[in-house]
Amino acid sequence: MPIARPLLLAALALLALAAALVSIAVGPANLGLQRTIAALSGSDDSIARIILFELRLPRAVLALLVGAILGLSGASLQGYLRNPLAEPAVLGVSNAAALGAVIALYFGFAAHYPILLPLLAITGGMVAMVPLLLLARRGESPLALILAGIAVATLAGAGISLAFNLSPNPFAAVEIMTWLMGSLEDRSWLQVIIALPCIIAGSALLLWDGRALDALTLGEDGARALGVNLAAVRTRLLLGTAIGLGGAVAIAGAIGFVGLVVPHLVRPLTDRSPGAVLLPSAIAGAALLTMADILVRLLPTVTELRLGVVTALLGVPVFLAQLAKARRLW
Amino acid sequence: MVSIRLDNLHVSLGGAPVLTGIDARLEGGVLTGVIGPNGAGKSTLARAVLGLIEPAAGQVLIDEAPLSTIPRSELARRIAYLPQGQQLGWPLSVARLVALGRLPHLAPFSRMTAADEAAVERAMARTDVLPLAARTATELSGGERARALLARALAVDAAALIADEPLASLDPAHQLDVMTLLAAEAHQGRLVVAVLHDLTMAARFCDRLLLISHGRIVADGPPDMVLTAELLASAYDVRAWKGEAEGHRLVVPLERAP
Repeated sequence: MPIARPLLLAALALLALAAALVSIAVGPANLGLQRTIAALSGSDDSIARIILFELRLPRAVLALLVGAILGLSGASLQGYLRNPLAEPAVLGVSNAAALGAVIALYFGFAAHYPILLPLLAITGGMVAMVPLLLLARRGESPLALILAGIAVATLAGAGISLAFNLSPNPFAAVEIMTWLMGSLEDRSWLQVIIALPCIIAGSALLLWDGRALDALTLGEDGARALGVNLAAVRTRLLLGTAIGLGGAVAIAGAIGFVGLVVPHLVRPLTDRSPGAVLLPSAIAGAALLTMADILVRLLPTVTELRLGVVTALLGVPVFLAQLAKARRLW
Repeated sequence: MVSIRLDNLHVSLGGAPVLTGIDARLEGGVLTGVIGPNGAGKSTLARAVLGLIEPAAGQVLIDEAPLSTIPRSELARRIAYLPQGQQLGWPLSVARLVALGRLPHLAPFSRMTAADEAAVERAMARTDVLPLAARTATELSGGERARALLARALAVDAAALIADEPLASLDPAHQLDVMTLLAAEAHQGRLVVAVLHDLTMAARFCDRLLLISHGRIVADGPPDMVLTAELLASAYDVRAWKGEAEGHRLVVPLERAP
């Protein structure tokens, strides 16, 4: 059921805002509503202020940012590849960024210089793009891009497995494993500062081509005849995904499924053209990841559940229900 | 008024020559039919005119300007293209699909103006798809979808239209409608090129036919001059019956040429 675009955007933005507010209000330290509001409005309750401004606020901001780029890159890739199965992972960016982070953890760089972990992750994502960009410049078909992406993802996955294989002690392996499952626990403003420029630049590149993605509904020849420069579109798409997703994986680890599911949840509410799905997917992704991050903190488990685990556990049933309900339209 | 000139055009696909030494001048006001057997190079010719394939030699000139000097966005406003086939990436409504034709006219991030909306509606009315406007294009019958896609190409409102097999999967009534529409477009001054397989439709509605065989233009002229027994036998390898009914030309293939 399509909804008027301004209404849809406003409703999703409200949802994301509400989720962010709840996210700021909940956590292991039970502050209570009164103390939270008092601290937010500037009382000198220093403990409450530190918890809110140094722990919860950056965490909420990161959940919004990471969720937005996951949803947006998923929507862009599905639009460009004209394939509803596409998600950011098919280009291998997530795995390659994760490999960069694993290298930082494995060699212990991360213990000495925490900043190296995100930087190596972003570098990993960018390096993985080189073969894909070369292919894209030669004007290869979307299928060639997917195959190359799967090859890159597999290679990076093998690198990660190699790190497990060679890891000197079980603790190192557990540390790597835990990081890979994705989390926003104990993040600070420093991580926001690292992720923000990447995600903004990536989002700008991805949002640029909404019209071109619409034109691609008619196939590559049809789109080019409508004035679309496909090589430039491919380059922006790959760079946007690498930069934006690289920044997100660097901070939050590999969080699966948001990129695949969110466009499918949003699409029936739009006119189904790929360009119309982009911005709503970003906002819905932000809301969804923030809600998942609230859930991991509310569930009474011994150790906090990993975000990547929860998004997959929640996302898969929702996705399957959606598939069962949706008419087969393509 | 737009003119397209093909100057000693050679095109190769995967190393194999598909078009060799094509020379032709296409003008507005004329409905030009491109006919020829499967694999002769008709669609390749259409794609080369739009700059969708690099020629191996020779060039395409639009209003005497080489194609390579015209930006893609500018070309998109001057030549509308109806590609062969009916693949659609997403299940859009017919109205949304036809509106894609306005993309070349829209400034970045701007909305459709009233003029754009009017062009979309006009295009839908002309191909008889207004009643289908709210339907999902991927759920239509082949013929209905073909008309929606033709409306999409008409919505561009360009000075030239290149339609690759606009009659595919249409019923007889809509075949007549579409040929009448293409002829009317041409006679209003547009340059219209249609790749066709139905020789009777080509004979009856086109002002000029290009017969392509093995990558060469083997005949170029009015239908009577092109649809001769000798040319049909050598290009298509068929013997055809030619006649007239109620003043309309008919060309009906009878059997493989002996």
